[in-house]
Amino acid sequence: MNLTLKVWRQKNGQTEGHFETYPARDIIEDMSFLEMLDVVNEGLISSGKDPIAFDSDCREGICGMCSLVINGIPHGGHAGTATCQLHMRRFKDGETITIEPWRAKAFPIIKDVATNRSAFDRIIQAGGFVSVNTGGTPDGNALPISKEVSDRAMDAAACIGCGACVAACKNASAMLFVAAKVSHLNLLPQGEPEKHRRALAMVTQMDKEGFGSCTVTGSCEAVCPKEIKLTFIAKLNRDFGVAALLGK
Amino acid sequence: MALESNIPSGPLAQKWDKHKFELKLVNPANKRKFEVIVVGSGLAGASAAATLGELGYKVKCFCYQDSPRRAHSIAAQGGINAAKNYQNDGDSVHRLFYDTIKGGDFRAREANVHRLAQVSVNIIDQCVAQGVPFAREYGGLLSNRSFGGAQVSRTFYARGQTGQQLLLGAYQALSRQIGMGTVKMYPRTEMVDVVVVDGHAKGIVVRDLVSGEISSHAADAVVLATGGYGNVFFLSTNAKGCNVTSIWRAYKKGAYLANPCYTQIHPTCIPVSGDHQSKLTLMSESLRNDGRVWVPKRKEDCTKAPGSIAEDDRDYYLERKYPSYGNLAPRDISSRAAKEACDSGRGVGPGALGVYLDFSAAIKRLSLNVIRERYGNLFDMYEKITGENAYQVPMRIYPAVHYTMGGSWVDYNLMSSLPGLFVVGEANFSDHGANRLGASALMQGLADGYFVLPYTIGNYFATCKQTRPATSHTEFKKVEEDVRKFTERLLSVKGKRTPTSLHRELGKLLWEKCGMARNEKGLKEALKRIPELREEFWKTVNVTGEAMEFNQALEYAGRVADFMEFGELMCLDALERNESCGGHFREEFQTPDGEAARNDDKYAYVAAWEYQGAGKAPVMHKESLEYSEVHMSTRSYK
Ligand SMILES: Cc1cc2nc3c(=O)[nH]c(=O)nc-3n(C[C@H](O)[C@H](O)[C@H](O)COP(=O)(O)OP(=O)(O)OC[C@H]3O[C@@H](n4cnc5c(N)ncnc54)[C@H](O)[C@@H]3O)c2cc1C
Repeated sequence: MNLTLKVWRQKNGQTEGHFETYPARDIIEDMSFLEMLDVVNEGLISSGKDPIAFDSDCREGICGMCSLVINGIPHGGHAGTATCQLHMRRFKDGETITIEPWRAKAFPIIKDVATNRSAFDRIIQAGGFVSVNTGGTPDGNALPISKEVSDRAMDAAACIGCGACVAACKNASAMLFVAAKVSHLNLLPQGEPEKHRRALAMVTQMDKEGFGSCTVTGSCEAVCPKEIKLTFIAKLNRDFGVAALLGK
Repeated sequence: MALESNIPSGPLAQKWDKHKFELKLVNPANKRKFEVIVVGSGLAGASAAATLGELGYKVKCFCYQDSPRRAHSIAAQGGINAAKNYQNDGDSVHRLFYDTIKGGDFRAREANVHRLAQVSVNIIDQCVAQGVPFAREYGGLLSNRSFGGAQVSRTFYARGQTGQQLLLGAYQALSRQIGMGTVKMYPRTEMVDVVVVDGHAKGIVVRDLVSGEISSHAADAVVLATGGYGNVFFLSTNAKGCNVTSIWRAYKKGAYLANPCYTQIHPTCIPVSGDHQSKLTLMSESLRNDGRVWVPKRKEDCTKAPGSIAEDDRDYYLERKYPSYGNLAPRDISSRAAKEACDSGRGVGPGALGVYLDFSAAIKRLSLNVIRERYGNLFDMYEKITGENAYQVPMRIYPAVHYTMGGSWVDYNLMSSLPGLFVVGEANFSDHGANRLGASALMQGLADGYFVLPYTIGNYFATCKQTRPATSHTEFKKVEEDVRKFTERLLSVKGKRTPTSLHRELGKLLWEKCGMARNEKGLKEALKRIPELREEFWKTVNVTGEAMEFNQALEYAGRVADFMEFGELMCLDALERNESCGGHFREEFQTPDGEAARNDDKYAYVAAWEYQGAGKAPVMHKESLEYSEVHMSTRSYK
């Protein structure tokens, strides 16, 4: 099939960006969206032009590196699908596709559609862990954990940290990301001792990074490639609320 | 230099404890005087950097992705082995040790493998304490599954996302240290060379991938944890950025490369669908717990709908050939059996390069829900890529390059032949011999990073009295200059071919000549063709953009340039090893029924290659493999 791409091009963080239009010819249905971009880039290189800079690595939907807003929707709007797992059979011959970067103050653009998401790392550094050192830990089976609790923690832990939730939110809030990590750890007995401190520290860092506030519209849940549930935000609010009350 | 493996003396089961006691320690107050560079933030790198930080060392950690959490370890699906014997099915440290040695076709170092099996149990405890949400039974205890090459259930898992959860555990520990200031993290930073001062690795030169700036970092020791080089084949299950750069450039500075020809071709991947393909996707081996592998008995049936082929007309070839392991035969054996089935004209799907992995019996026996619970995410992924629903029609799978057993040669302390340079995780040649068993790479990466390197590196600091040079040292300046020249050279060719097209050509050549099966003639052809292709690369490559900017084409071209050199060493190693063992299958050396025929009299050694300079043939050093506790038997899974 043949498509028209309208792609955001921006030389670096200091310059202004703009859309450019490129044809994408002879695209095969079995290609992934990023393979389609590879084809376009091969063409650009061959004609001596600068290829489109975009992030990707595992191309299996798990590393969280890929990050495109496709036709206005982060990752293109197919349930549980990251950009790298989106295949061209989802598009129609002759279609025009717009491709933009994540847009959020806390995710500055590096080049074209690649952004800097280090703010997420700093939120984890603030408290997204269990404070145990290597060695001296009890036997893995010493602490039974009910399957339901463990499964719920795993549902939250499935977050790949891609930032689509932020990109989808009109306030560029990072609540779903923070809620996922807080819930993963706070639901488990291992995370219990630091539960309040964790919620406070991570939310404080989130605010410091310039992410907006959450008004629970659910746009984040709708685009999450791992289908992380909005209910985790309720859990975060509860843990944060108690922590604030306790003045931890 | 002679190879000194530094295996401690004494009975096998006591070597590690004895060694730990004998290692010199660094006093807690002195630890902060030592600086360590860790390149890589996958399971091996993140666990090492976090643990070294906890111990009090000053650590710098580097990765090329935008966050340490995105290292390729994240993509591991199936699980991690440990000799916990929670299932009471007869597992033990000795059994895990033995299975790993046998799985590796008696080409791994006995003492290392035993240590790996010993510390495997600590890994699970550590990860549970960090909050890794491993799968659990209703009683609240940890659940296990089976993996290829084992008759016990010792694999721990977190749905189909085990690597992700283990890496997030290590990343969280690393993040905690970054927050505390003991580790400084450099994401989007590529190591481009090692700096050697007075015969010891004392730092690295890196390129900031965002600004393009080249800079130096000095340290008391350098740890490489940069993963595998499967991407030399272009198509593999590795992430796009996986590369050989760090260990290749270290090789040129004196760190020998061992067994580069040992490549693991994984039996269960989604078949290639066309030339546009940028990578291959693994379908976890765990699927073989419940899926049955088959092809039609008759060629004529290959184009029919699988459901219309009667039971009697199907060849469940793994169950037929290897009745005691069946669908859980080890990877090298299963891959070759798939190739054999397709070579005999009985492959299915496009290009007839596929076999069926069928869940219908398991769905009938266990219910659709149980299968969904166990493998739901894998079935979803399969559907996204192929557009087919594997609950209804069997999956089509084919082998693909997956893992590299070869890598930097290291001694028992995980130090390379270049003093002060340690190599951990998939990047070293390590513990898997000629074939790695499923769920053992995650185990090895974390064993190296959490429980081995932190001890052994201390001994190096305590005994090596070398001071840390300043980055103003002439050697750093010289290496920086070399790196700048290399970059300029890449940018100045401005030829007609893209780095991708050259890489694809190299990969295809290696897949054909040095892939699932190799022979003397093919390897010699490859050895002739690779230097030509390399020359073409340097004459025709078109690298767009500039040096001092975010330039992904430049990044990639540098990696391809290294693959162009490395591929040759791989073929040379494969040619020199006149036997078949594990993943290295030389067609000339096989048993009458087509199994790998080892030659223990001549080839029971590790081949460690020493660089001699550009255009000169490398020299091979042999570390002979001696087994005190196991008998080198013919591997049989029948
Ligand atoms: C799809 C897939 C599934 C797998 N499933 C399993 C499984 O179920 N069980 C199992 O045991 N094993 C599995 N494996 C194997 C296992 O995942 C890997 O062997 C292991 O995770 C490698 O870990 P590592 O830390 O050595 O390297 P990686 O995780 O690859 O990390 C490499 C790190 O090095 C950095 N790096 C690389 N080069 C440079 C450079 N030049 N400069 C700076 N940084 C650099 C990268 O940024 C990254 O941080 C799987 C592998 C794949 C591909």
